[in-house]
Order: sequence, then C-alpha cells, then structure tokens
Amino acid sequence: MNQLPTNTIYPVHNFVGDMVRHHFPAAAGYANGFLTLVSLLLFVALLPVLLIWLERKVCAHFQARLGPMRVGYHGLLQSTADGLKLLFKEVLMPKGADKFVFFLAPILPASASFLVMTILPFDHHLQVADPAGGVIYILGISGLSVLGILLAGWASNNKYSLLGAMRSGAQMISFEISLALIMLLIVMVTGTASLREIVLSQQGTVLDWWIFKLPVLGLVAFMMYMISSTAEINRGPFDISEAESELTGGFATEYSGISFAMFFFAEFVNMFVSAGIATTFFLGGFLAPQIGIGAIDAAFNFIPGFIWFFCKTFLVIFLYMWFRWTFPRVRVDQLMYLEWKMLLPANIALLMVAGFFLAMGWTL
Amino acid sequence: MELLRIDNVPEGFLSGLSSDETSEEYFLNMGPQHPSTHGVLRLVLKLNGESVLDVVPHLGYVHRGIEKMVESQTYLQNIHLTDRLDYLSSHINNLGYCLAMEQALDIGVPERGEYIRVMVSELQRIQSHLLWWGVAGMDLGAITTFLYGWKEREIITDIFEELCGARLTMNFFRPGGSFADVPDTFIPRIQKVIEIMHVALDEYNTLLTGNIIFQERTRDIGILSKEKALSYGCTGPVLRASGVSYDVRRNDPYSIYDRFDFDIPIGTVGCSFDRYWIRMEEMAQSIRILEQAVKDFPGGPYRSKAQAAYSLPQGSYYSQVETARGLLGIYIIAEGGAKPYRVKFRSPSFSNLSVLREIAVGHKIADMVTILATLDFVVPEIDR
Repeated sequence: MNQLPTNTIYPVHNFVGDMVRHHFPAAAGYANGFLTLVSLLLFVALLPVLLIWLERKVCAHFQARLGPMRVGYHGLLQSTADGLKLLFKEVLMPKGADKFVFFLAPILPASASFLVMTILPFDHHLQVADPAGGVIYILGISGLSVLGILLAGWASNNKYSLLGAMRSGAQMISFEISLALIMLLIVMVTGTASLREIVLSQQGTVLDWWIFKLPVLGLVAFMMYMISSTAEINRGPFDISEAESELTGGFATEYSGISFAMFFFAEFVNMFVSAGIATTFFLGGFLAPQIGIGAIDAAFNFIPGFIWFFCKTFLVIFLYMWFRWTFPRVRVDQLMYLEWKMLLPANIALLMVAGFFLAMGWTL
Repeated sequence: MELLRIDNVPEGFLSGLSSDETSEEYFLNMGPQHPSTHGVLRLVLKLNGESVLDVVPHLGYVHRGIEKMVESQTYLQNIHLTDRLDYLSSHINNLGYCLAMEQALDIGVPERGEYIRVMVSELQRIQSHLLWWGVAGMDLGAITTFLYGWKEREIITDIFEELCGARLTMNFFRPGGSFADVPDTFIPRIQKVIEIMHVALDEYNTLLTGNIIFQERTRDIGILSKEKALSYGCTGPVLRASGVSYDVRRNDPYSIYDRFDFDIPIGTVGCSFDRYWIRMEEMAQSIRILEQAVKDFPGGPYRSKAQAAYSLPQGSYYSQVETARGLLGIYIIAEGGAKPYRVKFRSPSFSNLSVLREIAVGHKIADMVTILATLDFVVPEIDR
C-alpha cells in the first residue's frame, strides 16, 4: 500500500540525519533528538501564522463578511505581514518596570505551549517523547503559562495590568482543576497516563473513541473539557482578560512589538495544544475513524494518521472559534461561580459515576 | 488628564476615599475615549475593588452650541441642526421641530404627508434600535451581533438614501409635509423590510435574548424603580421598563398615530433585561405600524403649500415626539422675525443618563458596561 505523505517525512528526516551523522559522527547520538526538536520548533513557529489567518476568516464568515482578501490569495499572507510588522515595532518598556521579569514574562507561555507540543502524538511514530506520566506532565507545564501571565502583569508597573493579570491568573488556575479532573477520568478508564497509550486504547471503530465509548459520560466529559479548556486558554466567553470593551487592557497592555507577538502566538499555540489534547483524549488521536464498511474503512486507513490528527484538531479549533464569535462574555464573578460551584462538583460526580460504570464493566 | 480635586475629592463626588488602611478604594477614569460609552462621555468612578461606589459623568465633550446656532439661522435652516442632536433618530427630531412650527403657523399636513411621516419615523425607530442591539451585544462580548444588526440596518439606510440623499442626517421633513415625495420603490422596499425583519428578530432572539450568559449579565442589573424613574424624568424604554406606561405616541398622540393599532410594551422589574426586551418588542410593534401604513397609503399631495420663508408670530410653542431614546421636547420662543429668539431642546438622553448614579452603585465594572448599553443614550443629544 502506498503511504505517500508519511514516507516523504521519513526520507527527509533520514537524509538530513544521515548527512549529520556522516559529517559529525561524535554527535550521532544527539542528532535525532536535536533534529526532531528543530522540526517541531519550525512547526510551532508556523502554526500561529495559519491559525491567526483561520481565526480571521472563520470570524469573518460568521459575521457575513469575507475577512482578509488582499494580502496574498484570499489573505493567506496577512498574518505573515502582521508578524513582520510586529517584529519591526519598538519594544517599549514602561518606566519603573522590572527589566528582567518584563522580558522573561512572554517567554514563559510560549515555552510552555512548545513543551506540551513535544508529547502530543501526531502519528504512530511522530511523537517527540512519550513519558509514562504524560498527563501529569501536561498539568505541570500549564502552571508555567499562568506564571508568565502573572509576571507580565506585575512587571508592567501598571495597576490595571496587574488587575487584569490577577483576574486572568485566578481564572486559569481555577479551571486547571476541572481540566485535571477530566484528564483523571480518562486516565482512570484507560488505565494509563501515557498519551500514546491513551490514543491506542481507542483502537477499533469510531464508537471506541472515548467520547462515545462511555455511554453518556463520554459526551458529558467532552463538553466539560471544552468549557474548562476554553477558560484555560482565555478564550471565547471567558476572555475577560482580553475584554476590549472594558477598562483594563489586560496583562499585555504595556507590551509591544515582539514581546506582544510572543503572547499572541502563545495564545494560538495553546489553542492548538488544547485541541490536540481533546483529540488525543476523546476523539481517537491519530486513529482513522473506522465505521465497519470495508471499502470506506480501507480508504480512511489509506490517509496517514497525522492528517486525521490535524483534521480532528482543527474541528475542535473550529468549535473554539465558534464559541468565541457567538457568545457574550461571562462576568468574572460569574466565571468563578461557574467553576467552583458548578463545574467542580459536576466533575467529581462524573468521576464517581465513571468509577461505578467501570466497576460494573459498562463500557461498550 | 488630572482629576480636578477639591479637598482631594474629585469634582462631583460627595466624599473622598476611605481613610481605612485596608480599604481597596480608588478613583478610575472611564473615557472620554472608550469603546463602551456610547459617544464621548467621561465617567469618573469610585471603586472598591470591582464594585462601583459612586459615579460622576462629565459632559460637554460634544457640545457644539446648537441652541446658540439656531438663534442665528432661519426657521427652515434650523431643521438641519435638529438632525444632529440624536443622529440616530434624525427624522423624528426633524418631525418634532416641524410640528412646533406647524402649531405656530397653523399649517396642516395632507393625508399622504402624514402617512409618509409615520412610515419614515417608524423606519427610523427600527434603524436606531438595530444599531443599539448590535452595539449592546458587542459591549457584552458577542461581537457578531454588531455585524448582524447592521446588516439589516443597511437595508433601511439604503431606503433613506434613496428618499432624501442622506444616510445619517436626513433633513427630510418640512412644515406641511416633506421636501419631496417618496420614490416609487418606497413601498416595495418597506414591504421587503417587513419580511426581513420578522426573520431577523427571530434570529436575534435566538442569538442573544435566549442566551443564558446574556441573561445572567442583564437580569436584575441596574434596577430602576418606578418612583426614581419618574422623579428623574426618564422617558422612553428606560421609563417603560420600570412599569410606567408612557409613550408620547399613545398618551399625547401627534401626527396620525392615534389611527394605528400598536401595543406599548411595559416592563416589570426595571432591570437591564427589561430595557433590552422592551426595545426588541418596540421593533416588532414598529413593524406592525408599518404593515398598517403600507396597506392604507393614500395618493394625493405630499405637502401643503410651501412658503418661501417662515416667520413665526410672537409666542412660545412646544411640541414633543417619541424618538428612539424617549421624549424629545422642542420649545420655540419666537419674536415675530425670521429667526427664533430661543429654541430649547429637552433631550431624553440627558434625563436617562442622570439616573446612572442611582442604578450603577453596588454593581461591578462589567455591569456598568451593561447598564450603559441598555440606557441607550446618545451623547451629542446630551451635550447639544
């Protein structure tokens, strides 16, 4: 069977790797890892360019208009142009700001998103690393994002930035708890915390994906995951920190140029990562959907795994964008109420019911 | 811009910050350039953390001296100045002024002219409410509503452009009727608008009104009691939301409104959601009026005999109309010449804004945005 796209990656990878190993035999041990990271870095650098264009187009079409059309074919070069513009802007630092922290702050969310990308399983053999405690690793790294935002608010020497950062930070750490409990649910039913194993546990037909496998709970868990992750990435109806129609400009008010670009890019990469995690946990990751009809299944299998991964991830990203451009914003105290008094008890109840289901052996 | 402080208390506030060391009180300036204040309005807030303790609006940023300018222009020239008061209801403003002149000079309006007046006024009302709806949704975070509301609004704006050549400041009505007859496409286009609006209103109610997030943000926010509303002189949807049934078109009918069958929506609680809901209902009622007017639209002259110049006899004349914001009162003091001695405009937005302190205290900053959105004032009308 001709597996076209997968093979083009391996030959390039192998070719470059062979070259490096040929010329630098001493570095052979590190060549693979290094090249993998470089390729992932390139991917992460180009991803926001695509996602920002997609966001503007999706937003425009929801609003009965076209979006960027002039810069490049249908505006494809728009985000490149915007990125270049941001690169050329002067990086101002407010008087009295803590220099080191001010420059450190944007780096943290960007690094955090990149670090989580490294363990996302794009395909059977397209995963940079697969730690046994992958889920725990994700939860740990999310803290780095929160830290970056809090530092940004503090280092700006601006009381409104601080206000915005505090609100953002509170929101993110609250919803991390829900996120953790949903991931715990999946770890519980799968029996493993490694992301690759979680995907492989969904092998079989479409109904073996965790969103369908657990009778009703899968769907409920997926919806809760969508709510928690939307709040976690400061998007959609939970974007109080970016609320343009309210007072504070948020934590990134004092940032301009490349520092601001890093926050902006980190937000979009975070969105991809959250969607990727949703795909991994609920939608079968890189597995092709098998619906039981021989010919269609064979056709689906022909398409390489990472294409399926991206399709599913972009479906979830489309959902995120749909939420953002439809719903009004939730007020900050209502947001906290939602998490602590509604979502958290619901999560715990979900875990209990899922445990009961497991004990009874009621998965499909 | 530094706050002007007297004894270290900014202008307009009754008391300064608490001297308690642990208090989180501070003053915050909102505007004059701000995405949510509907116009150039400066609000100085006294906040305790996120809660509003007191608010003082500072006006005058859009003051253009309209009431002074009218004194040096003839009566006919002043019609175009009334456009610019509340530019979202400019036809209705013109109408109010023309009614005062007609009262003074005892000028009648032919049937067709009256029907044109009612149809154009109701179209203007729908157009204004569509803009308000779009902007209210946007203030609350649902940015898409802005484009949806304005999509329908464009259709009405196009009708006006064909009618009088303008999209915002219309200057269409004259004493005795209007300066031109309606084009042949007027009635078909209105029928199109009626069809589209029925569908559009359903869509809007699905998108925003029924949304739980929206309801949580607007129910029981900014409750205005009946007594307060009456004592501050609020009119329009703000008053009707508090339970008082007063609409100039029903209680003090002008033009031929008494011939049309329409309801006046009344609220119960007086919260932001009631004010929102009443404006949605008003759009539906305006469509009802349009349907009736289109059915009975007569032929004949559109204007009684036009005079070259109008000079009002000595005396004072008052007329009031129901704009999209509330009761607009126009009081002309004439001295017999070609120009008025004094014209006083009683703007509904001014009185509606004055309740801000009463209803915003105790709520959060985010609620302030909701309240401003549902009060629906237009600052140029306040500042004139």
